Amino acid sequence: MAASTSTETVRPGARGPLPVAAVHVPASSLRGDLRAIKIVWKRELIRFSKDKLRMITSLVQPFLFLFVLGTGLSRLASAGTHGVDLRTFVYPGVLCMAVLFTAMFSAASLVWDREFGFLREMMVAPVRRSSLVLGKCFGGATVACFQGIIVLCLAGLVGVPYAPVLILEIFVLQLILAFTITAFGVMVAARIKQIQSFMAVTQMVMMPMYFLSGAIFPVSGLPQWLTILNRLDPMTYAVDPMRRLVFNHLRISAAARRALDPGVTWWGWHVPTLLEAGVVAAIGMVCLGVAIVEFSGRE
Amino acid sequence: MNEQATGGGAVALATSAAAASISVHGLTKRYGEVEAVRGIDFEVAPGEIFGFLGPNGAGKSTTISMLCTLVKPSSGSATVAGFDVNRQRDAVRRNIGLVFQDTTLDTYLTAEQNMRLHAELYGVERDLVEPRMRQVLEMVGLWDRRHSAVATFSGGMKRRLEIARGLMHSPRVLFLDEPTVGLDPQTRSSIWTYIQELKAAEDITIFLTTHYMDEAEYCQRIAIMDKGVIVVLDTPDALKASVGHDRVTLETDDDNAAIAAIAEHFQITAQVSQGAVIFGVASGEHFVPRLFAELGVPIRSVSVARPSLDDVFMSYTGTTIRDAEASASEQRRAATAAFRRSR
Repeated sequence: MAASTSTETVRPGARGPLPVAAVHVPASSLRGDLRAIKIVWKRELIRFSKDKLRMITSLVQPFLFLFVLGTGLSRLASAGTHGVDLRTFVYPGVLCMAVLFTAMFSAASLVWDREFGFLREMMVAPVRRSSLVLGKCFGGATVACFQGIIVLCLAGLVGVPYAPVLILEIFVLQLILAFTITAFGVMVAARIKQIQSFMAVTQMVMMPMYFLSGAIFPVSGLPQWLTILNRLDPMTYAVDPMRRLVFNHLRISAAARRALDPGVTWWGWHVPTLLEAGVVAAIGMVCLGVAIVEFSGRE
Repeated sequence: MNEQATGGGAVALATSAAAASISVHGLTKRYGEVEAVRGIDFEVAPGEIFGFLGPNGAGKSTTISMLCTLVKPSSGSATVAGFDVNRQRDAVRRNIGLVFQDTTLDTYLTAEQNMRLHAELYGVERDLVEPRMRQVLEMVGLWDRRHSAVATFSGGMKRRLEIARGLMHSPRVLFLDEPTVGLDPQTRSSIWTYIQELKAAEDITIFLTTHYMDEAEYCQRIAIMDKGVIVVLDTPDALKASVGHDRVTLETDDDNAAIAAIAEHFQITAQVSQGAVIFGVASGEHFVPRLFAELGVPIRSVSVARPSLDDVFMSYTGTTIRDAEASASEQRRAATAAFRRSR
């Protein structure tokens, strides 16, 4: 603020409501880029808050998985879960799913923006493209996190306690996941011009990502091909630590713990929770970098 | 400003560019084999309303895109508000306002939210956002509607909002690409009223493209563009005068006899078009009395018309703007396809 008041941003005699409140656009600056990031972020929130239908529809899938599939299959699976409710087991995966779908949908809005012309308004602005991409990713991440919080509120219904530490840990983890997925979506959206194609591509990517991630099965003792695919899936490294956090707060038998929360291994080595979170964040940063390069190269 | 003074030649260039608001030299754009703009030169003075007139596909939008730094020229140079469009892109962008053919508003947001978003992207000083927004929204008559979602706006209101938004950061040059295309005649004329009020109220250069002949009349100078080149550039009056003749339309009892008599007495070649005898003559109103005195064929009616910009377009390109559009549409499709591929 100090910088703005000292520069000559008003032409002499231009004060007063009429005839001209002439403004002068300052040269590019960090402050200008921060303002750009903030307004792009804010726009995502405004749009999300106006779209009540989207809030509800994006919860349908998590609900189906949690209560329909979870309840229905629990009768079949009761032998294998060592007394743990199947819904409790799938809950971390469902949480990740809510974040996944919302973040991807936020990224899709970039393709809409292109179709409806608004992207052009942003692209001609005298700010760095990286600010626009960052604002978009932060916006998508915030919106996805908000969706995650709604699912978080359901924890009590599936036997997960409302422990403040747990909620905080899960929140941080889903924030990282949300950012990474949005960055991935933005990276894809930079290349795709039609919303139909984007939806087709994301469907093709999201469902395998979800099913391979171990959201609905434990990741140990799988056939080798599935183990390889599972370890390559970025979602794995979000679902696994989230499940561990949840199970840390449950009172269950050691056998159940071993069977349901075996942890991800690389060639027999147990990947620690922090590294898993780091893998997710690193993938996000790479996607972000590619997205920035793609948008900066555009005229 | 220190960006400009980088050497003797650059200083000289900057000085001449400072005099002109827009200065273009040999500007060319190729998309593959298609040459959309073929080496054009022109200058626009500060405070001028300058129009590019031509059929769709003539290269107007490509030119505007190059001047706005949205498309890189294949060759040639251009400065806008004193800044080079190739080397000082951000400086150009800070000093121009843009209104595109297609809407670029976020229709989910309200008018005010769109304006504020623009102000933030352009770094408009916070204290000035409110007064400036009020001023430009009042100018286009949308201040009372600022809390409405843009989705509820009519086509004309959206265009007005875009003009207001383009002015939000007090640009020195405002680019309007087909500002009235797709609007009804009443809205079109009100858009022109706003543009002229704007011209009176602010120190701004306006560069616009249009393919409506009647709208080109509002410009102080017009460049007629056809097939990627500027065929002529002058004031509307001078252009019309340059056609050199008024159009006289006669209804007679015997058209063939009248044509023969006109050829014999005045050495003018007339022709029959839509049941009337038509010919061009330097000063129509002085010619009519002689016509009555000397023709010898009964005349039922006579009318004299000043040349319109349609006649101007016809005389410089050898075709009417409608025919030019029809033939250009094929070429345009090729150019658009090439443009898509190049992205």
